[in-house]
Amino acid sequence: MRLRSHLAKIRGLGSARAGTEEFISQRLTAIALIPLLLWFVTALISLAGADYDTAVEWIRRPVVTTFLILLILVLFHHAHSGLREVLEDYIHHEIIKTIAMVSMKFLIITITVGSVLAILRIALGN
Amino acid sequence: MTTTPPSPLSPHLQIYKPQLTSLMSITHRATGIFLSLGTLVLVYWLMSIAAGPSVYQHAQQLLHTWPSLLLLFAWSFSLFYHLCNGIRHLFWDAGYGFTLKATYRSGYLVIAATLLLTTTAWITAFVINGVL
Repeated sequence: MRLRSHLAKIRGLGSARAGTEEFISQRLTAIALIPLLLWFVTALISLAGADYDTAVEWIRRPVVTTFLILLILVLFHHAHSGLREVLEDYIHHEIIKTIAMVSMKFLIITITVGSVLAILRIALGN
Repeated sequence: MTTTPPSPLSPHLQIYKPQLTSLMSITHRATGIFLSLGTLVLVYWLMSIAAGPSVYQHAQQLLHTWPSLLLLFAWSFSLFYHLCNGIRHLFWDAGYGFTLKATYRSGYLVIAATLLLTTTAWITAFVINGVL
């Protein structure tokens, strides 16, 4: 009979069996970003040097508001996946890695909320 | 006490001959990190519009200085590279293009597409702005 707990046995020995979901979500956000970014970059080029009213009018169009918010959400989700991979690969100190990953997540969520709020303020403002 | 056996190590980069495949892989990651920083400019731009005309004016002036334009150029190049090479990665994920020949061909295709998209984007932007 073995008295070692399962936790002690598996600690530090690899997968938490949560990789597939992360793998799929990184690919799904990548696929979604192809049309979103092509649309956004094209729009940005035509908006380059635009005055304030033109920019506001553009963002206020319901289709633009919708896809701009989608772009922000998907973009930051994808950025988070990628940056997390980078931290996992290059930071080998467990505590520093945890702190870095948690800080990065909090920061990205804050920026995401701030960006969506900015879009909504433009779209719904007077 | 269990001792973890030493895991196999990646090739040592110092003695590893650079190849198109490895360089493009490293560039994919580097552009990804660089683009993550670039999202802050996007956020700044959106927030400047939300803050009103005078802040937007200030942001526009700042974004049209030479250092900013240089950074924007680097970000646009990185975006197109990461986008094209990302599509290459999606094909690999779906199980296509794994032969050495196909890998090199798609690699050169990504580089060509990146250069084409970056130049087209900037020429169009300059034409619209009346600079060219």
